[in-house]
Amino acid sequence: MTSDSTDPAPSAAPAGRMSANTRELGFRLTWGRTREVAIQFGLFLCAVLTTLVTLAIAAVLFVEAVAGPGGSAFFQQVSVVEFLTGTEWTPQYTEKKFGVLPLVCGTLQITVIAALIGLPLGLLSAIYLSEYAAPRTRAIIKPALEILAGIPTVVYGYFALTFITPYVIKPLLQPGAVFKISWLWNIPVDGFNALSGGIVVGLMIVPLISSLSEDVLRAVPRTLREAGYALGSTKFDVCTKIVVPSALSGIFAAFLLAVSRAIGETMAVTIASGQKPTLTLNPLMQIETMTAYIVNVMSGDAAVGTIEYKSLYAVALVLFLVTLFMNWVSQMVLERYREVYQ
Amino acid sequence: MQTFGQLASSPSAASGSRLEQLAAALPKFETRGMNFFYGTHQALFDISLKVPQKSVTALIGPSGCGKSTYLRTLNRMNDIIEHTRVMGPVLLDGKEIYSPDVDVVSLRKRVGMVFQKSTPFPKSIFDNVAYGPRIHGNRNRQSLVEIVEKCLRQAALWEEVKDRLKDSAMALSGGQQQRLCIARALATSPEVLLMDEPASALDPASTSRVEDLIIELKQNYTIIIVTHNMQQAARISEWTAFFCQGRLVEFGLTKQLFTNPVQKETEDYITGRFG
Repeated sequence: MTSDSTDPAPSAAPAGRMSANTRELGFRLTWGRTREVAIQFGLFLCAVLTTLVTLAIAAVLFVEAVAGPGGSAFFQQVSVVEFLTGTEWTPQYTEKKFGVLPLVCGTLQITVIAALIGLPLGLLSAIYLSEYAAPRTRAIIKPALEILAGIPTVVYGYFALTFITPYVIKPLLQPGAVFKISWLWNIPVDGFNALSGGIVVGLMIVPLISSLSEDVLRAVPRTLREAGYALGSTKFDVCTKIVVPSALSGIFAAFLLAVSRAIGETMAVTIASGQKPTLTLNPLMQIETMTAYIVNVMSGDAAVGTIEYKSLYAVALVLFLVTLFMNWVSQMVLERYREVYQ
Repeated sequence: MQTFGQLASSPSAASGSRLEQLAAALPKFETRGMNFFYGTHQALFDISLKVPQKSVTALIGPSGCGKSTYLRTLNRMNDIIEHTRVMGPVLLDGKEIYSPDVDVVSLRKRVGMVFQKSTPFPKSIFDNVAYGPRIHGNRNRQSLVEIVEKCLRQAALWEEVKDRLKDSAMALSGGQQQRLCIARALATSPEVLLMDEPASALDPASTSRVEDLIIELKQNYTIIIVTHNMQQAARISEWTAFFCQGRLVEFGLTKQLFTNPVQKETEDYITGRFG
């Protein structure tokens, strides 16, 4: 398109060579248009494919969990009410009970602990990186934070099980047992516990929150900060009263994304927090999350078609709906509260 | 030449000699041989200027001549840009503002600033104006309400927004936003207002409102305004400083500078032969 010979604009051709050029032009236009259509179709396919995968997953979950052929789906054999309100989850026992609350409770504990650790750490490091850090410091800390995101989650799980529980949680809460001095306080801590899993999931979501939040903080226009300084604000005033409030919707969206990630986290919590469904709010006990249950059954020997196998899909459906809901809320928040800067 | 001359002969500029005496006696700001550097790049050379108090001083000159940089040295706004350096005295009421014992926060409380682009915070109209007093420790609701009303009246915005003080400031029009920013700057009760092309992004009607406002405010404030619009400089200022390539070429009464410039460069610029 840059050189004259390929220029499709008729006006570019001298009047005398018009007839000779028109044929050539016609061919080029056709070829060009075919190529355009092909490119457009290729891009369309890529976009459709991702949508189709999502739909396919939703369809499989629906068929296996809600309404399958010949009444084989999970909820055709177990009532929804029993599933949602039951307090015991024992699909692998002879006397099977399908109350999902212990699993939901496990996931909830992990999510809350992870959020309590990950959100403040992530946001504060984002504020530091975006507002306080000198370029040189930032050049060191930012990649280091991103390495945190690159560590395989299974490593986090082992870190929680073999370091955080025995060398951090137990010495703090159970010194009587560790140091064998009877008068010290002694709060029982299980070897597998929700707290250690929650802590590592919290660490895992720090880079996600900090890098997303840092982006939105840096997107706050420089003029707004200058206006703040010009009124006599300290750096802290500018951060807390201008920059963070201006970026709030973006920060909130980052939080929700990170929480979704915490809900869906699998490997670390399977290793660190155990595989025993327990309806408890005590973070020092062994629990099982929804994701850990799925791993547990998948790696076990549940035969295809059994109710135990079907229960996987019911649990997956709950997970799917919860994360879908979180994404929907974050979209709503972004649209409702987004500040538009010219 | 004559057009500018006519524009500059406003009644306030007519009493030139008296003003000149006043300015010589009591400069609000004074720089003596001040140099300014961005890293190794020198942006201002040997600027000696006495800014008279309770009057409007316009800084004019072609783009990149250093007039905004000069303005920003006066409230130490350049401090937030890294690797900047000011050499030479900058005196506010005879006191060096770059000396180590000066608190930047209280300096900026005394020397307010309005920017080219309106910069409303994403808060309510009330909270925007109350921002300054609040960060300086005013927690008294009643007193904040009074300050907000007073400053919005001063900025000629009160009648338009008095029924919707709780609405977001982002919903105001461009001209209203700029007047809000002026009100916000007034709320810390500064002595000096620095204005960096405050009307350049506004339509003619809003520009004229802001200009009226500036003329109104000079009764009580020392105003230093950077502008690219020479008619505007002629309309609203008593004093004009012409900058070119980081140097102060000429400083004098607006009327004189526009009708009878001493320097050839000034004449070329104001008659539109360059810049």
